[in-house]
Amino acid sequence: MADLLEVSDLHTQFFTRDGVVRAVDGVTFQVAAGETLGIVGESGCGKSVTALSLMRLIPQPPGKIVKGSIMFDGQDILKMDDDDVRGIRGNNIAMIFQDPMTSLNPVLTISRQISEALELHLKMDKSESRKRTIELLELVNIPSAKKRVDDYPHQFSGGMRQRVMIAMALSCNPKLILADEPTTALDVTIQAQILDLLKNLAREFRTAFILITHDLGVVAGMTQRINVMYAGRIVEKADTGELFANPKHPYTWGLLRSIPRLDESRKAKLVPIEGLPPDLIAPPPGCKFEPRCQYRRDVCREKEPELVHIPNAKSDHESRCWGTQAGGWLVDTDWRREIGDTRLIEAIKQETASVTATETPGE
Amino acid sequence: MAMTTNAPTAAPKEEFVQRSRSTATADSGKNLLNVSALKMHFPLTQGIIFQRQVGAVRAVDGIDFFVEKGETLGLVGESGCGKSTTGRAILQLYKPTAGSVKFDGTELTTLGGEQMRRMRRRMQMIFQDPYASLNPRMTVGNIIGEPLEVHNLAKGRAKTERVQELLKVVGLNPYFTNRYPHEFSGGQRQRIGVARALAVEPDFIVADEPISALDVSIQAQIINLLEELQDKFNLTYLFIAHDLSVVRHISDRVAVMYLGKIVELADRVDLYERPLHPYSQALLSAVPIPDPSVEQKRKRIILTGDVPSPVNPPSGCRFHTRCWKAQQICSEVDPEFIEHAPRHWAACHFPGA
Repeated sequence: MADLLEVSDLHTQFFTRDGVVRAVDGVTFQVAAGETLGIVGESGCGKSVTALSLMRLIPQPPGKIVKGSIMFDGQDILKMDDDDVRGIRGNNIAMIFQDPMTSLNPVLTISRQISEALELHLKMDKSESRKRTIELLELVNIPSAKKRVDDYPHQFSGGMRQRVMIAMALSCNPKLILADEPTTALDVTIQAQILDLLKNLAREFRTAFILITHDLGVVAGMTQRINVMYAGRIVEKADTGELFANPKHPYTWGLLRSIPRLDESRKAKLVPIEGLPPDLIAPPPGCKFEPRCQYRRDVCREKEPELVHIPNAKSDHESRCWGTQAGGWLVDTDWRREIGDTRLIEAIKQETASVTATETPGE
Repeated sequence: MAMTTNAPTAAPKEEFVQRSRSTATADSGKNLLNVSALKMHFPLTQGIIFQRQVGAVRAVDGIDFFVEKGETLGLVGESGCGKSTTGRAILQLYKPTAGSVKFDGTELTTLGGEQMRRMRRRMQMIFQDPYASLNPRMTVGNIIGEPLEVHNLAKGRAKTERVQELLKVVGLNPYFTNRYPHEFSGGQRQRIGVARALAVEPDFIVADEPISALDVSIQAQIINLLEELQDKFNLTYLFIAHDLSVVRHISDRVAVMYLGKIVELADRVDLYERPLHPYSQALLSAVPIPDPSVEQKRKRIILTGDVPSPVNPPSGCRFHTRCWKAQQICSEVDPEFIEHAPRHWAACHFPGA
């Protein structure tokens, strides 16, 4: 299948008084139609800047996309003029932001905000767009949508506002939706509602999603493929199942063992990643993760590894690490032992599977 | 599996029911903190000059629990359920509307200003946002040294030495005393907040979402630090958080709050493996687990709707508007907070799987 989106060698930089911040530094990935891709990383790793670059929403100055191409449906977004980009934004590519309070306009009614895109992109008239707006609100399960369509954002709760954002993103039947931490500001039961909604929409409309988050739990249940980002670069990419079953980058190992799991059986000690993420103005010369990596060797400091396929893994599994590449010193390292006892993990898995199957009552 | 685990507790259930709610706060001598019938209402007023009260936000509405010496009690719930208010009302940062808070045998709600101030030496707080809770115009040395002076614990050279020692304890360089908070990262700032809380050698620390403002890889550093310090100084924690995985990791016992009430309180393993209250069950099922194979098999309980307003909470059981088990009685009678199994309390008419 042809890829819907093809990003290659994207470089986005911010020119500040202190120097050039290399926020996104040579990122290449594809998204197929109808696919959900997860981008995982900590704050400052460049995941949000990647999303904003796709929509050409980087504030300029100080930011600038200095290199690369973003092919969407056969056209390069970076070569378009501003009018053409505006025609795509909200129409073919839509975005859901983290904080629904700051991304909705507080002085406009919900109906005004959703119908704006409908009138602009789909050339609907007032009554048509109003009808469609109500349909959209019903689609995202807002109760008594007909009455609430004329409410203002402050009259909605956090979860409801996020539903409004999703309705807005869906309004023009986009082919791709970028969801930037869509549930981070929400409570856990509301997060479950929103994730469930997104999953159903992705299935129903065959919309491609890029789900950006720091929560490995969220991507585990939602995505088909995952990119792990660190310091402006993709350090590992693989199928979701493959990534969790067979991670091949020490940073991914670090992420997996630094968070307690709901289904861990005993109080295992957490192993944090020591130190702090690097300064992106003057990043380390070699591997960006080298200063925090417990497996580092001299070569890591001297030369940066490429994102390459690694042995003993599925074909599209790539990692940026000298150690796990062919001939590296981490090829045979059992990551399960690195993050905890193997038997223990298997035991927990079986236990939770049976517990949740028998104990959890249905709706 | 659920049936077999519940079977042994089914027989003595009657007996436990009769012991009723008072046992949730029974003073066995091991308890450092006893909270009973604690209420914290915030008045809602109308009018400009003559303000009259038109209602109240019932942030905490009658809760009972105890904290044993040396243990960590986790307090979980969604935003607006009253968990932070509970923490603050215990430390008397708010004056509770009703109820009693006993700390090591002393009733706090009736203590005078000076006595309370002396009491505060023994109970400290770690705040959520390390950017907002440190004064940007004070050096780290002054921030950590201030409680030492306030409580007349150390002065001059002794104070400086103590501050340096504290910095070392929380894993910072002792020569950082002359730096300002903006020179530190979020995780380092949270360490400064921890050092400040430790300065007066407290027995009890209320940690209010101490890691939720931090990045994933930094969170583990702070959790480990809190655990180490607990072992080293024999601290007792009330750990308030919304992240159930973190609470499970750090707590000995866990209390689940919903709309101003504790709906379930149990030992960690009991609560996570045999939750009795439907809200706890829904909450646990909603937490994503970082493993696709587990995620696929899990059944998720998706609650409908939002948390109702604490100004006008639902009648009867407060959860009945969102509960899939709700019957007539749930909207009429507020369920008692009952010990259904040893050390496992829940407030529900239809508890269990």
